[in-house]
Amino acid sequence: MTRRVMDPDDVDRALTRIAHEIVERNRGTDDLVLVGIHTRGEPLAKRLAAAIERIEGTEVLAGGLDIGLYRDDIDTRPKTELGKTDVPEPVDGATVVLVDDVLYTGRTIRAALDALADLGRPARVQLAVLVDRGHRELPIRPDYIGKNLPTALDERVTVHVAELDGDDGVVIEPGGTT
Amino acid sequence: MNHFLTTEGVSREDLTALLDDADTFVEVLERPIPKVPALRGKTVATMFFEPSTRTKLSFEKAAKALSADTMSFSPGTSSLSKGESLKDTVLTVEAMGTDAMVVRHKATGAPWRIAEWVDQPVLNAGDGAHQHPTQALLDALTIRQRFGTLDRLRIGIVGDIRHSRVARSDVFAFSTLGADVTMVAPRTLLPINDDGWPAAATENLDEVLSELDVVYLLRVQAERGGASVFPSLSEYTTRYGMTRERFSRLKPDTVVLHPGPMNRGVEIAAEVADDERSLILKQVANGVAVRMAVLFRLMGGEHDE
Amino acid sequence: MSDLVLSGGRIVTQEGVLEGDVRIADGSIVEIGTGLEGETLVECDGAWVGPGFVDLHTHLREPGQEWKEDIESGSAAAAAGGYTAIVAMPNTEPATDAGHLARFVADRGRAVGLVDVVPSGAVSMGRLGEQLAHLDELWDAGVRVFTDDGDAVADAALLRQAMDYLATRGGVIAQHAVDPDLATGGHMHEGAVSSRLGMSAIPSQAEDTMIARDLQLAALTGARYHVQHVSTAGAVQMIAAAKDGGINVTAEVTPHHLAFDDTAVAGTDPSYKMMPPLRSSDDREALRRGLADGTIDAVATDHAPHAAHEKDVPYEDAPNGIIGLEWAAAVVNTVAPLDPVAFYSRLSVKPADIAGLADHGRWVAVGNPGHLTVFDPDHRWVPERTASRSINTPYLGMPLTGRVSATIHAGSITARDGAPNFSMLST
Repeated sequence: MTRRVMDPDDVDRALTRIAHEIVERNRGTDDLVLVGIHTRGEPLAKRLAAAIERIEGTEVLAGGLDIGLYRDDIDTRPKTELGKTDVPEPVDGATVVLVDDVLYTGRTIRAALDALADLGRPARVQLAVLVDRGHRELPIRPDYIGKNLPTALDERVTVHVAELDGDDGVVIEPGGTT
Repeated sequence: MNHFLTTEGVSREDLTALLDDADTFVEVLERPIPKVPALRGKTVATMFFEPSTRTKLSFEKAAKALSADTMSFSPGTSSLSKGESLKDTVLTVEAMGTDAMVVRHKATGAPWRIAEWVDQPVLNAGDGAHQHPTQALLDALTIRQRFGTLDRLRIGIVGDIRHSRVARSDVFAFSTLGADVTMVAPRTLLPINDDGWPAAATENLDEVLSELDVVYLLRVQAERGGASVFPSLSEYTTRYGMTRERFSRLKPDTVVLHPGPMNRGVEIAAEVADDERSLILKQVANGVAVRMAVLFRLMGGEHDE
Repeated sequence: MSDLVLSGGRIVTQEGVLEGDVRIADGSIVEIGTGLEGETLVECDGAWVGPGFVDLHTHLREPGQEWKEDIESGSAAAAAGGYTAIVAMPNTEPATDAGHLARFVADRGRAVGLVDVVPSGAVSMGRLGEQLAHLDELWDAGVRVFTDDGDAVADAALLRQAMDYLATRGGVIAQHAVDPDLATGGHMHEGAVSSRLGMSAIPSQAEDTMIARDLQLAALTGARYHVQHVSTAGAVQMIAAAKDGGINVTAEVTPHHLAFDDTAVAGTDPSYKMMPPLRSSDDREALRRGLADGTIDAVATDHAPHAAHEKDVPYEDAPNGIIGLEWAAAVVNTVAPLDPVAFYSRLSVKPADIAGLADHGRWVAVGNPGHLTVFDPDHRWVPERTASRSINTPYLGMPLTGRVSATIHAGSITARDGAPNFSMLST
């Protein structure tokens, strides 16, 4: 039983709200860098950067981070493609907002923090996610949430982004993990 | 169990996937901290039964850049000289807790035998005159970085092809990736029988020189084969060396590659070696990235079911 | 001794193949007919019944290398393979270059009692190729086949001398025709496969040049000359022409050269490393034709045991050779099948003639010695074990068509269905 829980308008409103929250919390855009986690975090980060530009009138840099080399489950998960990492410089002293589509166990974010640490020393790191589905296995908490989505362990949450999937949306499907 | 032993019979998709992975590692190696934790806790054994400095160092750097530990074996002072068989030597090393073996051996097919004896991935770092697959990968990567693709590139491999494992690996890898390969050498250095080799052959370098996009120079080998294979080095240079004069006849975008170590003044003029169109040092840098890609793929993770 | 009846077989006699029974008593064939009875009965079910096989080329490794094989284990393997006589190669340690060493091998074979072990003698002292061995002593000890096998007699003058000596006496010089200079450092056939592997290799000419030279010397001296383990199309051609020209030449081929070609070496598996090496498919084709038309007189196994640890190494480091006594007939029947007369001719009659063994290789007839082999040419099976002390062979696990049902040596059953009769061993 597949349920659609966010349609394109929902996604758009959530991102707009998050963009406002980021600007509000950081009192502007000084030293702000958005880093999207590969794969779908990246287009979301770019959209947030564009939204913040519209709000504040200043350019905000956005980039992508691949965490394939930092995973802790390398022996047990299927082989995946390695993506590109291009994080805008400088990272040292920046306010980095990590952006991801779904927050679940927190292991992806942990890997992203390790990857980030190898690229430099940010002043602070914040986390923005489109969907938080619960079931944390590590002490990781998001700063900005698009939607809270309680789920069962045997359900799968899939986020579609127009840049990669043709349309925006969030669906819950039975079976497997995400 | 997967191994990386040869480029012969490896599909274009598989070669391309490894090159794409290598691109990621090229970027990693350019970072301030050129290291990722992907193979943390794993141990890579480098078992070089034939002397090598560059390839061994390159593999060790690759393993370390992936945060793996390394264990190095070289003959001479080892128990091999006490008469221990190759099989017992590798089983002993495996029992110490390694997760992969990188093997170089002068006997053709030795890495294949070792792959039968141990229960972990084996990488061929050179067996006899047969194959040196990671060399072919780094060569292909270097060419791809410069031209974007190998499709329809005219590549000339010049030198002692008959006794070269680099040449064999390159011929298969380059042609699988779409290149048009020509082997250039005197008859005594061309393959004795080139049935099934996906490459043309000629003894005349000057005839094909100006059509080539890539000139791949092989080292003139004194140490392999024993008996002299060419009347004299200066004759070799006259007919097959990449002299300044020949270099000037190349197309403006043509590049020169060499697996190293070079005999400056023999197969390659010193000025050519140092020219911007000679990608030799790039090959070396790419070597680490390519070996990281192979190690990562063999040791990191389940494979597609 | 009790009498033994081989019942319901297709018996290969001088006059042709007839269906019936054979009765053997007191070590000789006493009756051929139908409805025969005896104390021991072997049901042949239409299998061929013919003279016991004779191998011109076996390495028994005793004295000196008994960890690989010895005369007892080698005899057991031979019996299982249908052999009633085997010619033991002289590359033992010490080499069989003197009379007492030949006697040792023969005596040991007699003591084991499963098969007639016939020692060959070296041509040169120590097989070093420098001076002649004690040919007279060897002759007096019963040696009729002279060879430096393992090595060629490369020195033309020495070979001529040996040929001159034997020409008047009647023995045969068997040559391991591999020119050491052309073969140095080579590990396989020089061709497309060796070129892909980048492996040092041995051209066909290493064999052909030596045979060409030797044939001239055989013509000069009138000696009997036998080419061991022929492997090239060129050799087959030269041997045919030499026979046409009246030269006293014979030739043997191994089952593995009939079965495999150099593509078997592509995987660098030492199970396919032999000397001479496996050659091209064209060469293999020529060998099969040569065997069928009789240019090649005999099948000889070149049974070459090596311990497991000796072969479990990279290809270039492995010693040459495989064991094959137990499956030679089956392999020939599988890859190069012959009619029963030709089959027994190549496996028994001609080799016995070449080795000068009067009691062996005789078409089934009343009064002949009781050395017989029953061979079922249709039986499909997969070898799974061996009586040899070594296991270096590609035949284990390989599907074969044809099997030795029974081996009869001097009227006693020495093997049944591929298993040697160990109770036969004298103590």
